[in-house]
Amino acid sequence: MANVLAVLEQRTGTLKQVSQEVLTAARSLADASGGSVDALVLGPDAIDVSELGTHGADRVIVVEGDDLTLYQPEIYAAAVVGQTQSGDYVAVMMSATAMGKDLGPRVAARLDCPLAVDVTGVEWSEGITVSRPVYSGKAVCRISITASPCVVSLRPNAFTPRENPRDPSTEKVAPPNVEVRARTLEIKEAEKAHLDVAEASVIVSGGRGLREAENFALVEDLAEALGNAAVGASRAVVDAGWRSHADQVGQTGKTVSPQLYVAIGISGAIQHLAGMRTSKVIVAINKDRDAPIFKIADYGIVGDLFEIVPRLTQEIKNLRGV
Amino acid sequence: MKIAVCIKRVPDTATRIKIGADGKSIVEDGVKFVLNPYDEYAIEEALQLKEKSGDGEVVAIAMGSAASQETIRGALAMGVDRGLLLHTDAVSLNPVTVAKVLAAELDGAGYDLILFGKLAVDDYSQAVGTIVSELLSIPSVQAVGHLEVADGKGTAEREIEGGVEVVEFSLPAVVTADKGLNEPRYPALRGIMMAKKKPLEVKPVELSDGGMTVIQLALPPERPEGRIVGEGPDAVPALIEALRTEAKVL
Repeated sequence: MANVLAVLEQRTGTLKQVSQEVLTAARSLADASGGSVDALVLGPDAIDVSELGTHGADRVIVVEGDDLTLYQPEIYAAAVVGQTQSGDYVAVMMSATAMGKDLGPRVAARLDCPLAVDVTGVEWSEGITVSRPVYSGKAVCRISITASPCVVSLRPNAFTPRENPRDPSTEKVAPPNVEVRARTLEIKEAEKAHLDVAEASVIVSGGRGLREAENFALVEDLAEALGNAAVGASRAVVDAGWRSHADQVGQTGKTVSPQLYVAIGISGAIQHLAGMRTSKVIVAINKDRDAPIFKIADYGIVGDLFEIVPRLTQEIKNLRGV
Repeated sequence: MKIAVCIKRVPDTATRIKIGADGKSIVEDGVKFVLNPYDEYAIEEALQLKEKSGDGEVVAIAMGSAASQETIRGALAMGVDRGLLLHTDAVSLNPVTVAKVLAAELDGAGYDLILFGKLAVDDYSQAVGTIVSELLSIPSVQAVGHLEVADGKGTAEREIEGGVEVVEFSLPAVVTADKGLNEPRYPALRGIMMAKKKPLEVKPVELSDGGMTVIQLALPPERPEGRIVGEGPDAVPALIEALRTEAKVL
């Protein structure tokens, strides 16, 4: 048997959108390997798990407790390891979010098994093969995993959710009783609703071409007009203190794969391109026709961003009727 | 405080990657190697904590080929007291096997704090520090942007999607450093001179493949050639048309 454990993530009691991606990848691996998909949900009481069959869960296991509202690394790791050891799993899958990047290594350490992080492709033929970007996406490594089980975290946005309806059973499991030496006390939410670049399907990024921090308003306005878009930044403007490091796209920032990436006043240093080249569609607006960003952009406009961006924002507002 | 900082020699982020003839590794000739950028924050934090506590020791530990000694000298030049190279020419794709070698060295050595950079900009795994903490059965916090340590306890803040997680933990512990934790110092000339005299031990270690083998390392697929839709604000309608009808993202 080659079952797959899909570890799903919740925030304030609601499952994250990336859960669908994890289930989809788990389903396709389990179909290839001839196993089933168990979805594991950890969190506070009364999480709505009724939709998990839609993307292919055969069985839903819920670990509930007030203590699990926030990500508590030691309790979460013990629960995932406990579940993995109680079944016959070939892989433990999760999303490579801030939580998954911390939880995956803990589970792999405790199971003494292979760990592949931020994976963009999973295949099965007598065993698992994964693809993952290295050197921040400047190269892609295909890896054969020869031990079982293994822990695989999936890059957000790299797997397109697909419906594959099942009628899963649901069972509840008590949280493990473990000594906690690192406790998550709280999440300080960002001041205004802040969409993270790593999770966004549309990103508008600004660079040094904006000349000063205040001009990022142009980028923010365009992001708002596009609806549900995140604001990103180049390393140069983060180093200059215009934007927080949380917004930085590139090799020492975040690697992103949105549906649409709009680069404004970004010339396209190698380390920036490495972080966004897997975007589905790239638009560049820059005054320098020879800027490297135009080499990987699908669509470009050459010219003064201070004239082009407000016009673009207005036209998109007109189009979307906002 | 006795603090270990685990560091790594990596290709500079401005490097263009070329794939070697074996199709499984990069061409290292002509590549500039540097101290992993996130490790600079880990080293700086260690030095500041030692300076604040008034005594103690900071040890830099790297794993890798003989060339990593140069990387360790860089850490010594910043002010680290001594260095240790866990020498192997082998590489492992499994962060668990890498962490096992480090944990074996760190275990029982009396470190109050073990610092790492958040991730190494070559393999991008963001895992080894966390695995080391698990193997040593001590707490850890990943990708820390703000750290306070006092009286055998620490409080760390780490960025997560749309917010900041606040974590309290007991020492000893592993903390991995994110950009923004501090402003890393540049080694002064005096530091560079002194670094040459500081102890740097080299210990051979064995590294297994950990159940993961490379099939292929390849450059990412080239993006299809794009086009400039026009110049200036008058090109905006053409862009919008292309995004709607060709790319279908609007």
